[in-house]
Amino acid sequence: MKNKFVQAILVIALGSALVSSCKPKNSGDAVSGDAAQRVYVAPGKYDEFYNFVSGGFSGQMSVYGLPSGRMMKVVPIFSVDPESGWGFSEETKPMLNTSEGFIPWDDQHHLELSQTNGEVDGRWIFANANNTPRIARVDLKRFKTSEIIELPNSAGNHSSPFITENTEYVVAGTRFGVPGDYDKGDVPINTYKENFKAHISFIKVDKESGKMDLSFQLRLPGVNFDLSHAGKGKSHGWFFFTCYNSEQANTLLEVNASQRDKDFIMAVNWKKAEEYIKAGKGKIEKTKYAHNTWNDETHTGTSVIKEEVLVLDAMAMKDICYLMPCPKSPHGCDVDPTGEYIVGSGKLAALIPVFSFDKMVKAIGKKDYEGDYEGIPVLKYNSVLHGEVQKPGLGPLHTEFDGKGNAYTTFFVSSEVVKWDIKTLKVLDRVPTYYSVGHLCIPGGDSKKPFGKYLIAYNKITKDRYLPTGPELTQSAQLYDISGDKMKLLLDFPTIGEPHYAQAAPADLIRNNGQLKIYDIKKNNHPRVAKGEKETKVVREGKKVHVYMTMVRSHFSPDNIEGIKVGDDVYFHITNLEQDWDVPHGFSIRRAQTAELLIMPGETATLNWKPSKVGIVPFYCTDFCSALHQEMSGYIRVSPAGSNVPISYSLGTNLPASAKK
Amino acid sequence: MNKSILLVLSLALAVACGKKEASAEDNYQPGGGEATTEAADPASYDPKRGEGKFDTVELGATLDQALAKKGEEVAGVKCASCHKTTDEKLVGPGWKGVTERRKPEWIMNFITNPDPMIDKDPEVQAQLEICLVRMPNQGVSDDEARGILEYMRKNDGVK
Repeated sequence: MKNKFVQAILVIALGSALVSSCKPKNSGDAVSGDAAQRVYVAPGKYDEFYNFVSGGFSGQMSVYGLPSGRMMKVVPIFSVDPESGWGFSEETKPMLNTSEGFIPWDDQHHLELSQTNGEVDGRWIFANANNTPRIARVDLKRFKTSEIIELPNSAGNHSSPFITENTEYVVAGTRFGVPGDYDKGDVPINTYKENFKAHISFIKVDKESGKMDLSFQLRLPGVNFDLSHAGKGKSHGWFFFTCYNSEQANTLLEVNASQRDKDFIMAVNWKKAEEYIKAGKGKIEKTKYAHNTWNDETHTGTSVIKEEVLVLDAMAMKDICYLMPCPKSPHGCDVDPTGEYIVGSGKLAALIPVFSFDKMVKAIGKKDYEGDYEGIPVLKYNSVLHGEVQKPGLGPLHTEFDGKGNAYTTFFVSSEVVKWDIKTLKVLDRVPTYYSVGHLCIPGGDSKKPFGKYLIAYNKITKDRYLPTGPELTQSAQLYDISGDKMKLLLDFPTIGEPHYAQAAPADLIRNNGQLKIYDIKKNNHPRVAKGEKETKVVREGKKVHVYMTMVRSHFSPDNIEGIKVGDDVYFHITNLEQDWDVPHGFSIRRAQTAELLIMPGETATLNWKPSKVGIVPFYCTDFCSALHQEMSGYIRVSPAGSNVPISYSLGTNLPASAKK
Repeated sequence: MNKSILLVLSLALAVACGKKEASAEDNYQPGGGEATTEAADPASYDPKRGEGKFDTVELGATLDQALAKKGEEVAGVKCASCHKTTDEKLVGPGWKGVTERRKPEWIMNFITNPDPMIDKDPEVQAQLEICLVRMPNQGVSDDEARGILEYMRKNDGVK
């Protein structure tokens, strides 16, 4: 069996050798003999890395093991999740609140793991929402969204959520220039150049708790900020943003935003900006944005609407921002592990410009400007350029680093990943992707300390890679071994939504971070917790009925409830009394208008139900919890609106009249 | 959630599972083929003491009322959903008479370390055939367990 498999692989490898130098037509040509062994993780064994993959238009984040490509979890962030009740339970609804109400969906593009001293520290992962500008923080002890902050004065929150090297700030640049919330917004669209502005948000992150706070925003010309990365090491204190549409076109951008030969990478001296803020140069502007936080002891999210934001006009302050010309509508903006080299990827270019931080600092010192752009100095291209990678491929998008002096850039148009030497700018190797790669990820690949063993390509086009599933196909990621001189394709694996940026970290860093197994029921401060069956009850407050219920293997308390009437507004506050790992219970009730609840050990969650029909309504546990799981159920009697049936509830005592005698 | 609970249950009843992890080279054998080689030595299990950190538990001649009260509070949150204070079985057996049937160290070990004891203790395995639900580890601390024991004594009439 094993030998036949090896033979087959050998034949394939031989075949590929014969047609080497031609671009392979399918994966068989590209896979080397021992690929299967390299990605095989035996049953019961752990993967070497966690891979956190953005969910794109699914609004979620998915978590994979590498090198196996096995999916372990989907974390709902900017989405509703009927499985866990995220966005359906009363406690989670505030997490999706915004200045314009409950918004249960978003387009989740980029993820960034928290860092200390420029190295991944395994505490939190930040996620952006592209459509309704928001930033979320997911706690990696719980794999749960802990906080979501909305961003005012923004639209198309694309160049986010990138962080500084000690997670001092998460930044978020707006992709669409729009009039600020504090400007007059009701203006003709073709007055773009006068009225549209771009804002970049600096969100402070608390060192201990991770709690976010919108510290200040920079007001900038109305260009489209696309991607960004912080300086590190020597360039710590700076942030770099690509921008396109420096033409400031407001229609047919495909043509009109591609007129200029060069757009910009904007370098922001954020330490200088902090000084100006301290000196009171910022202006408090009126706006509205939601700040939603999760409390692990009340098991409840709270949404607060904030009404002011501090804005610093970067066009008026001459020494915060500097523009470096960058060819052809740059997209990716990546800083190498030393902090010296800044790679811009002009998505319409056939070369990759690499900028030098040292040269940039020198040029700023000498005021080596070619002019200014709406008040912001524009540095001379040749004064800040380290060099260009010539003929690397077509349509460069994103670059990551292996920590050994090499950079890896994706090419959408020519559908490949290209490895090149950062110093000499020589192309070293190239591998095809299937098909049209967008983002890529190397574990720690945008930090000071990459773990350059694997590279994952996240592809935009899937076509024939998997069994067909009708018009919509799964998305495709591909794993490459980059430990040697040549990159080697090892594995395809499907992803959820459309993956954009991803992060990866050594498994031990995450699994030894103090992973939570249960919620301590002693610390459960939910206002309607029932700590034990003796605290369970059913309370009527007018039309509202509050059911304080517990669950344990394998029954609910109470499990017989009468006196509910059509038109009531019933809230089930359910506490899982278990204190053991991997024992959630589910709760579902017939014709619930929302979803189920999946309640972790020691947690309390609330489901709202509005009965509209007279009759007996069963409820049951959805998560197979014990040999008597099928018995874990109960009944509710729903009477007509005007009924006199009193509230009653019980467990184990509501027996037939004959049995009571 | 552990959907394989039935499988685990039947394995537990048949033979104690080996704890040695299979290396990548080992061939997979259905039913845990290597269990016999590494199984815990049944002879080392003391059915009187159980298995856990408690060797001997000193009991007072009379009841410690305050301790029993604390134990009752903890039991209300973590135990009472499944155990009645009478001799009636709910999910698990009723508590009446338990302090007469079991040594105090066995009770303390079982509360704080249930899983290995369910796998090894012949009487617990017999009980599992009746109840069909493994007693969960409820994260009870040593002090809390001692309180529960005192509450059980009170329930059994110790003054």
